Amino acid sequence: MNDLIPKLPLAKYIDELVVWLTINFEWFFDSITTILEGFVEGLVALLTFIPALLLIAMIGFLAWKVSKWRLTLFTVIGLLIIYNLGYWVEMIETLAIVLTAVFISIIIGIPLGIWASQKKVVKQIVTPILDFMQTMPAFVYLIPAIFFFNIGVVPGVVSSVIFSMPPTIRLTILGIQQVPSDIIEASEAFGSTTSQRLLKVQLPLAMPTIMAGINQSIMLALSMVVIASMVGAPGLGTEVYRAVTQIKTGIGFEAGLSIVIIAIVLDRITQKIGTKK
Amino acid sequence: MDEKTIKIKVEQVTKIFGKNTKQALQQLSNGKSKQEILQNTGCTVGVNQASFEVRTGEIFVIMGLSGSGKSTLVRLLNRLIDPTSGKVLIDDQDVVKMSKEKLRQVRRKKISMVFQKFALLPHFTILENTAFGLEIQGMSKEERQKTAMEALHLVGLKGFENQFPDQLSGGMQQRVGLARALANDPDILLMDEAFSALDPLIRKDMQDELLELQSSVEKTIVFITHDLDEALRIGDRIALMKDGNIVQIGTPEEILMNPSNQYVERFVEDVDLSKVLTAHHVMKRAETVQIEKGPRVALQLMRELGISSIYAVDKQKKLLGVVSAVDARKALETQQSLHQIITTDLSTVSPDTLLTDLFDKVSEATIPVAVIDDQKRLKGILIKGAVIGALAGNEKHINVWNEKQDVNNDKPKVVIK
Repeated sequence: MNDLIPKLPLAKYIDELVVWLTINFEWFFDSITTILEGFVEGLVALLTFIPALLLIAMIGFLAWKVSKWRLTLFTVIGLLIIYNLGYWVEMIETLAIVLTAVFISIIIGIPLGIWASQKKVVKQIVTPILDFMQTMPAFVYLIPAIFFFNIGVVPGVVSSVIFSMPPTIRLTILGIQQVPSDIIEASEAFGSTTSQRLLKVQLPLAMPTIMAGINQSIMLALSMVVIASMVGAPGLGTEVYRAVTQIKTGIGFEAGLSIVIIAIVLDRITQKIGTKK
Repeated sequence: MDEKTIKIKVEQVTKIFGKNTKQALQQLSNGKSKQEILQNTGCTVGVNQASFEVRTGEIFVIMGLSGSGKSTLVRLLNRLIDPTSGKVLIDDQDVVKMSKEKLRQVRRKKISMVFQKFALLPHFTILENTAFGLEIQGMSKEERQKTAMEALHLVGLKGFENQFPDQLSGGMQQRVGLARALANDPDILLMDEAFSALDPLIRKDMQDELLELQSSVEKTIVFITHDLDEALRIGDRIALMKDGNIVQIGTPEEILMNPSNQYVERFVEDVDLSKVLTAHHVMKRAETVQIEKGPRVALQLMRELGISSIYAVDKQKKLLGVVSAVDARKALETQQSLHQIITTDLSTVSPDTLLTDLFDKVSEATIPVAVIDDQKRLKGILIKGAVIGALAGNEKHINVWNEKQDVNNDKPKVVIK
């Protein structure tokens, strides 16, 4: 078989493509690097500027606003544990990366999802790309990310975006398409324009589903922190990664626990926002 | 009725679902059946060359079983579904050829629709739902809320405006659907199985209310239903559909009494006639005596006809009372006039009383019950045997009235097969 058809030089082509992109689109990647770096650093600066205890109180208040006292209690105690263990700054750095990645996922994902929900062709193109983004091992697209964005926080953010965006897009499409057809018919029958139908009917009704998508995106972005730390993104992931390479179980556990706490807090709060009427 | 203007005129409208619509349309005009077309082209004929007219201010019912194409047909009227061929003229303007913008204006101003499953927006309050059509038109908040409140008032939902749809029962939700449609003040209401999702008692109430509402708002209503009783109750005229074809159009009476083919016949055979037929349909010619003629003539007439009592009327055929043979003979002996001996305590019904509402009177009466119009003129009498015969569907006992006939002058024409 291999004698009859020579092996496709796929690896070679991909390498060449990456090199070509790196050279010809340097300006593009450089400007993305500048913007993202500025964004994450600004966010870190802002969050570290606020005294830790005040920030804990603020997040606790947010939890209390959207949910009951139990989540509030968990949030406050959990964050105090992270503070006490000495991972506060790392936690902020992780949070900044996750929030940035999710923010980008939302501003790209929701419009794309809306577009795909309206046009069948778009959906047919987008769906396999989403499959690719979700199933291709994250390490693999970390390699070209280094070429494009160098070492640091940016390739971490970019790979988090790639990995975390699909649920937002998918659930936006699903949410809009799940709006009962008779309600769509009603809005048509009363003479809605396409944008009226979208803004007054489809998006509000799809909101809970879209929020579930955003929630999933946050979780996936968080799951990328250790992988992102391998290309130099700072934060709790770096601590975990270091503990692994130095075989320090205790430290690894402390950093890991911090990630778990952040994950639960973010998950519960965004879930509550999503299901709230 | 003839002078009434035509609001909607549908000409040869066809809807074919599928890819090879051109080919299917060709085959359809060559007279191929729905089945053959499905086999040859893979296309489904939704509506096949339907033509009908809806007059201004009437309730036009399109009725058929599920899959008969009635829901498709009503959606062709406001182009929620685009027809494959044919014309839909609303006020002489062809909806099919309209630009999107023009069509939108027609949907906003002229036609409103009420849906089977209500199709309310769950995140909007009742008031916001009612004002939806107005909001789409860009009306100011204050103005549209005022109009919506009036519409809610009309359907009896005042006080619920700040609730959400899921807090209301099905019947109330559909009232909101109706209010939303009325708020636009359209000429035409399309009601797609509007009451089918409601339980029977509520459904009947809603039908009554629709009729009452219709007498005050006077819209042109196209009402879709699969329920024959509903169609007969509310329809001024009914179009019966089967397999995408309109098989008969007529008044409820025409459909019931003269089914145009076996399908319609089978459809109507289970109808509860007592809820459709009126006194008018089953009454017989009344034998009367003019009161001035005196007891002798009355007695003579009774003897000739072999009956034991006779109704006495004045010159205008106004019912005055009843005379029995025994009383007439006594009067003759004592030289009394008919005026003095007639029994005036009569049980009477009006011509449009439903059979179901007159059983009681007919069964209790010892003499045939008189049918009188609102000027108290005697129109006919109800004989027990004939009522039962009519109920059994025996056409010998059912009078068919021509639409143009003047009820006040013509005698009922009894149809004999």
